[in-house]
This record gives sequence, structure tokens and C-alpha cells, in this order.
Amino acid sequence: MQFSSRRKKYNTNSQTELYLHPLQFYGQPPLENISLSEFEAFAVDRLKLLKTIENLGVSYVKLSEQYTKKLESESKALNFLYRPDDDRKSSGPTEYEKRRKDHISHFILRLAYCQTEDLRRWFIQQEVDLFRYRFNELHPKQKLEFLHRNNLQYDTVSLSSFKYFESLFYALDLVRTRKVYLKAGYVFIPHQDIVTIVLNDFRTRLSKALALTARSLPAVHSDERLQPLLNHLSHAYVGQDYSIQKNVGKISLEQIDSLSGKSFPLCMRQLHQSLRENHHLRHGGRMQYGLFLKGIGLSLEQALQFWRSEFIRGKVDADKFDKAYAYSIRHMFGKEGKRTDYTPYSCMKVILSNPPSQGDHHGCPFRHSEPELLKQKLQFYKVSPSGISQILELVKGMHYQLACQKYFELTHNMEDASFSLNHPNQYFIESQKVLGGGKDLKREMDIPQRSQENSATRGPSAAPEAAANASQELAEVTEELDSFFQDA
Amino acid sequence: MILCSPGDTSAFTSVEGRILQVQKNYFQNREFSFTLKDDIYVRYQSFSTQTELEKEMQKMNPYKIDIGAIYSHRPNQHNTVKSGTFQALEKELVFDIDMTDYDDVRSCCSAADICCKCWTLMTIAIHILDRALREDFGFQHLLWVYSGRRGVHCWVCDEAARKLSVAARSAVAEYLSLVKGGEETLKKVVLTDPIHPFIRESLAVVERYFPRYALQEQDILGRKESVDKVLALMPEDVRKELQQDFQNEKKPENRWKLVKEQANRKQGTAKRGQYFEKEIMLQYCYPRLDVNVSKGVNHLLKSPFSVHPKTGRISVPMDLKELETFDPFAVPTISQICEELDRPRTEEEKSEDTKEKENEKDAAERRKIRDYKRTSLAKYVKYFDQFLEKMARSWKGELLKKSDLQKDF
Repeated sequence: MQFSSRRKKYNTNSQTELYLHPLQFYGQPPLENISLSEFEAFAVDRLKLLKTIENLGVSYVKLSEQYTKKLESESKALNFLYRPDDDRKSSGPTEYEKRRKDHISHFILRLAYCQTEDLRRWFIQQEVDLFRYRFNELHPKQKLEFLHRNNLQYDTVSLSSFKYFESLFYALDLVRTRKVYLKAGYVFIPHQDIVTIVLNDFRTRLSKALALTARSLPAVHSDERLQPLLNHLSHAYVGQDYSIQKNVGKISLEQIDSLSGKSFPLCMRQLHQSLRENHHLRHGGRMQYGLFLKGIGLSLEQALQFWRSEFIRGKVDADKFDKAYAYSIRHMFGKEGKRTDYTPYSCMKVILSNPPSQGDHHGCPFRHSEPELLKQKLQFYKVSPSGISQILELVKGMHYQLACQKYFELTHNMEDASFSLNHPNQYFIESQKVLGGGKDLKREMDIPQRSQENSATRGPSAAPEAAANASQELAEVTEELDSFFQDA
Repeated sequence: MILCSPGDTSAFTSVEGRILQVQKNYFQNREFSFTLKDDIYVRYQSFSTQTELEKEMQKMNPYKIDIGAIYSHRPNQHNTVKSGTFQALEKELVFDIDMTDYDDVRSCCSAADICCKCWTLMTIAIHILDRALREDFGFQHLLWVYSGRRGVHCWVCDEAARKLSVAARSAVAEYLSLVKGGEETLKKVVLTDPIHPFIRESLAVVERYFPRYALQEQDILGRKESVDKVLALMPEDVRKELQQDFQNEKKPENRWKLVKEQANRKQGTAKRGQYFEKEIMLQYCYPRLDVNVSKGVNHLLKSPFSVHPKTGRISVPMDLKELETFDPFAVPTISQICEELDRPRTEEEKSEDTKEKENEKDAAERRKIRDYKRTSLAKYVKYFDQFLEKMARSWKGELLKKSDLQKDF
């Protein structure tokens, strides 16, 4: 008896000690009891914070003044720690409370976001960005102290050298962007770039931890109070992914040319035009455009016909198409290989991954095209000169999605698009709405949202009914969550 | 040394006379892929012995043979393995330089064509990448191979390289990439202060070849369309001045001198676009590699010594000591090899055969293995053997080191 209580005391002490510091690696899970309402509230707040980080990361350069200002005010509003005050001052209850909330909410979201590759990737990305922001806000002395406290073996002299292959993982980003000097496999890193290594360290640890968490999920999911909330949390981030097509077969191939001019975002319009002109698209273009077409409702048979008829006009004969290209189209629809039904790329994905090279036409024109060429293209598509300069201004500020939204507004003769663009298929649906084909599509757009949630709640349908008390609170929380994400 | 029967145009010549057993099951777990007649592509081929590989090649007559990764299990049994546990463990770090990626900067040829003029691009690429991989990254066992038509491949075979993750491979490839952008990008190289030592070293190589390759052979400052393209890569004020100057100066070498003078002036004053003349040289000459080829741990690449189905040329390893004189059009073709094999044996060769009468079967095998020496492949095989020996020595050295360490305990 005595022995166990002594042990408990020791644990609480070490946790108290943990909260004396503004930043942690989340190595130890929290060891205390909390109420369900605190559980929910903490998780929701952190999710809002991570969502903010995601949005800010697209609109502003990370760690720029605007970025940090906005993130700071959001952290403040959500009662997360936002200022790495002097340690002595910070052991007062408010700072302590904030850090406790930070600690607990992180671990709760781990439960919600460990289940699939996509969820893990998203969670890790936002947590890394949050960590980067917080680390950056530390005073140099606090940074050093953090490194020492976490036993990170970094030399604190101005140049550090690592044997490349042993510390390879941590130095990768610096190597990739040539921010370090390489000699015979050794990496020489300037002191101020240590943060990249720390970030990679954080990322690795979190990634491993999530994999472990996933294994203990079944135990957590058997708790009827937690399961509905965790499920709802993990679906809040993703919104629509346009993988559930309600309009399969509603688009005919003859419509595509005219649709490309009216309702396709610029990236897809460009790809379509390239395809028509060259009777060919390279792999990156085929993926981006092909998945988009799937998202707007093309069936596999239609897609095969579409690509085949176009490629045949070029250098590819029917036989070669059937052998080489048909496979990859079927693959896109989940009919080959490991049968993954690939989802159409979101704007984030198009902008951030697989930049186009020589001979490619994919990517985001607002991000990847030379401004001069972009201007010519917009002129060719009959956008007004004032519209073009507005778009170019946004591009200059790296607001690619806003630029595309402006393109939407100009081509649809609207003042305000009244939606926040984050997906090419969303662009298409919104455009169709405006152009009048809207009513059917709107109804069908609501259904995927709900069916996604339903299909994810794999537990017995008795679960929500059983948690009668919690469900009312849960309903309120989830309503609040939904409305938050609608506005975002 | 295996050669398929003469007249077989889909032959594959393999030189694995000695299979280096780096670890148990290395060879057995290696993935091969065959492309057969009618473009039938067969993956996850694996073999227990060299003989088995040989027999399968003779049976299937593949048009293309690719080499993939070493997996956790035998690739040809991957369907029987519990899902998720079958994975690629290691693979050489590879680079693929393809001449079509330079179409926007070469005027002599396009698409699949190459000539001695644009071949210089490959020479430049090999110099730059070979130096960087050795000096910056510390790799030692690099095999450069002519692809058989319009490019070169590099196989980095160091143990450390084989074990690199996808992220690491991608970082190495991006470190080595300077030319970025697709159809829509005009200016594909942008340099900022300070210029990384790697870029400086690469520029030094490019500068050696630039006058002859770009100014003379490609004549980039001669014909109007080319001149315009080059000018488009410069800051506007410089462009205007040079357009004027070029009215009076027609010689490309002198035109380039004027460009450099402008560049020197710019460097002293402005911050933006100060390295434009270096950027131009790099855009026209710097290696363009496909990052996606290098990234994948399970990516399959054409095997050295295979026959290119369109040209018939053998993918031969390249001895860098003879890089300047390498002529892709002098690389032996399969028909050539077959002819050489069909030639009557010389007296010397016949006498060597009689010496080994003891075991009939062995003699036949050994004669078959020695046959390559009668062909133009001889020197390439010799070079490849030297490469393998070097690897074996370093591997044995490692083993000794490890066993020494263990003895210390």
C-alpha cells in the first residue's frame, strides 16, 4: 500500500517537473484522471489549433511575421501556451495549466489520428509545424537547455560535424536544400540550422509513437464513451475528399471540352488543353487529371475510352495503349495492384508535391508557371486585365489558392465565391452550382459527408445509444466543430 | 559469361561469373523483371542460381531485363508472404540521365536522337555527378553505364548507398538537381548568394566545355531563335543592351565575352539576377536527372550488359578514364557480337582448347565463358571485372575489420 502511493507521488512530481518547461518532446504520456468533458474540450481546442496551423501554412510563409502573429493570437485564444516566459515566473498556475492542457491534448489527438496513413501524415505535419513555431520562439538559452534536457547529442560549438550516414535522417532536409557543406560523406551544419535536425528528430519520434499507439487502439475503441468522439475528431480534418462519387456516369465525354472551359480550375483546364494538343500527357499529368476526372464522375469505362481515343490520335497505337496505359488507368480506379482507390488530389497536394519538370504540364499554374506565361494564359482565356493583375498580386504573395478563387470569381462573373477553395473537384462542383446544374449536385454533396462518418463508425450502432449522457454533450461539441470547419 | 545463341536479337549478356555473396540469400532475393515480346512485362522474377537465371533468359528471350531491389523474401514467392511483410530491403542508388530532358536546350537533335555534338552533355553530366558522389558524399563504388540509346545510368553500389531510405535518396537527388521547371518555366536555374561549393565545382566543369559545346557546336549565340532564347534568361536591362551590341558583333565567342562583361558589372552592383551568366551556362549544360528514378528503393533499372531493343547496342559500363573519347556509336551491337563469335577460331584459341581435354563438360563451359574475349565486349567485361574486384576487396576489408573488433572482446 505504502509502496504504491509513494510511486504515485513520484510520477506526479516528474510530471510537474515536465510542466516547468515551455516545450517538450511528448515522450511521456500524461498519468492522471480527467473528466470526459475536459477530455473533449482539450482535444477540440488542439484540433482547432492544428487546423489553424494548416491554413496559415498555406497562406503565409512559415515563421514569417504575419504567420507567427496570427498563430500567437490563436494560441492565446485557445488557452494554449504561447509565450515561453522565464521559467521561474511560469511555474504559476496559469502557465502550468496551459502546459498540462498541451500535454494532454496532444496525447488525446494521437489516439484519434494514429489509425491510417493519411491521418498520421496530417497530424505529424501540423505537430511538426507547431513545434517549429514554438522552438523558434524560445530564447537561445532555452533552446540549448531543451537540447541538453532531451539528451540530444549535438555539439553546441558553431559548426557541428556528423558522420553523414549515421545522422543521415536528421540532416536530410539540410542536404536536400544545400544548406550545409558536404565532404566525403560528412555534413557540416551551422549552429542556427540545428532546428532542422531537432524537427526531424521530433518527427521521427512522433511517427514511431503513432505506430505504437495504433496497436493499442482496439482497447481504446472498446470504451464506448471515447469511440464516437475519437471518430468524429479524426474526420474533422479531412472534409471532402471527393472519393465517393455520386455522379458516376452523369458526365458524358462530349461534355468535357466545354466543361473544361467553364467549370475546370486552371490546372485541369491546362492539362486538358495539353492533352488535346499533344495527344499525350506524362505520368504526373495523367494522375492529376485522371483522378480529377474520376472525381467529377467519369466511370472507368468512360475514362478508358477518353484516354484511348486521345492517345491514339498521337504516337500511340491502340495495342500499345491497351498494354501500357490502360493498366495505369485501371490502377487509378482501384482495379489493379493493391487495389487502392486513389483519391483526387487536393490543392495542397498539387501545390506542394511533385513539381513539374521539362515536358510536364501538371502542378498548379499559379504556383508553378512563370508569371509572364501565366499572364499570357489568362489573357488567352479572356480574363480582364484588372482581373489578371489581381491574380498576379495574389500569386506574388504566394496565395495560390486565393488566386485560383479569384480566377473562379472572374470567370463566373461573381464578386465573392463564398467558399474557401482547397480542392479542384470542389472548384468543379461549386462552378456547376453557379452555372445552374446545381440542385442535384448540392444534395449529393451533403450525402458523402454523412456517409463518410457513417462508414467510419465501425462499432456497433448500439454505441451512441449506450452513451446516453455523453451523447448530448458530444452532439454539442460536434456541432460546434462542424460549424468551425465550415467557416474555415 | 553467358551468351545466347547467335541470331537471337533479344540476347542478354551477363558477366556474373562470380556472384558476390555479401550476405545469405542476396542473389536469391534480388528482383529481376523481364519485358517479353508484345510488351508483356513480368515482375518479381527471382532465381536461386546463376544457371537458373541463364536458363530462364534462354527460355523467355526477354527484350528488356531490369534489375530491382533485394527483398525480404524471394520475389517470385511474394504472393505467399503475409501482406505487409514483403518489402524491399536494399538497392543500389541509381541515376538516370536521358537526353530527351535536354530537348529545350539542344538544337542538333531532339527526342530519341543523339549525335556526337550533344553527347558532350552526357560527358559533362558524368564529370559533375561522379565528382559530387565521390567527394561530397564519400561514395566509392560507382558504375556508369551507357543505356544503349540516348543516355547514361549510374549505379552507386556502396553498402551505405544500398541501405539508404527513400527520403535519403530523394535528398541526395535533390542536392544534385539545379535545373527545375517544366514547359511553363523559362528560367530553370536560379542561383542565390552564397553560391554553394557544390555549385562552384559544377560550374568549373561546365566552363571547361561551354565554349566548344555551346558557343560553337550548338551555336546558341549564332542563330536568331537561339540568341533570343538565351537573352530571355537575362535581366531586362542587360538584355536590351546586349540586343544593341549584338547588332554589331556577330561572332559567338565575342558575344559571350560581352555577356560576361555585363555579368561582371551586375555582380558589383545589383543584388537580383547577378549570376545570370552562370545560370545560363547551367541551364544549357548542367545534368538533368529524374529524381523519381533515384528516389525509389524498389525502382527497377535496365541491367548493365543488356541489349537495347531499339538500337541493338549493348549497355556497356563506361571506363571514366576514357570518358572524353567515348563514342556511343562505336559501342558494340548484338549483331556485331554475333558476327564476331561466328568468326573461325584462330590457331591460338584452338590450341588453348585442346589443353583442357580432361573434362569435356567443363571445357565446353569454360570455352563458352571465354568466348566473350573474342568479341568487342572484352574490354568492357574487363573493366566490369575490375570494378567488381574493387568492391570485393573493400567488402572483405570490412569483414576483417568487423571480425577484428569482435576479437577485441
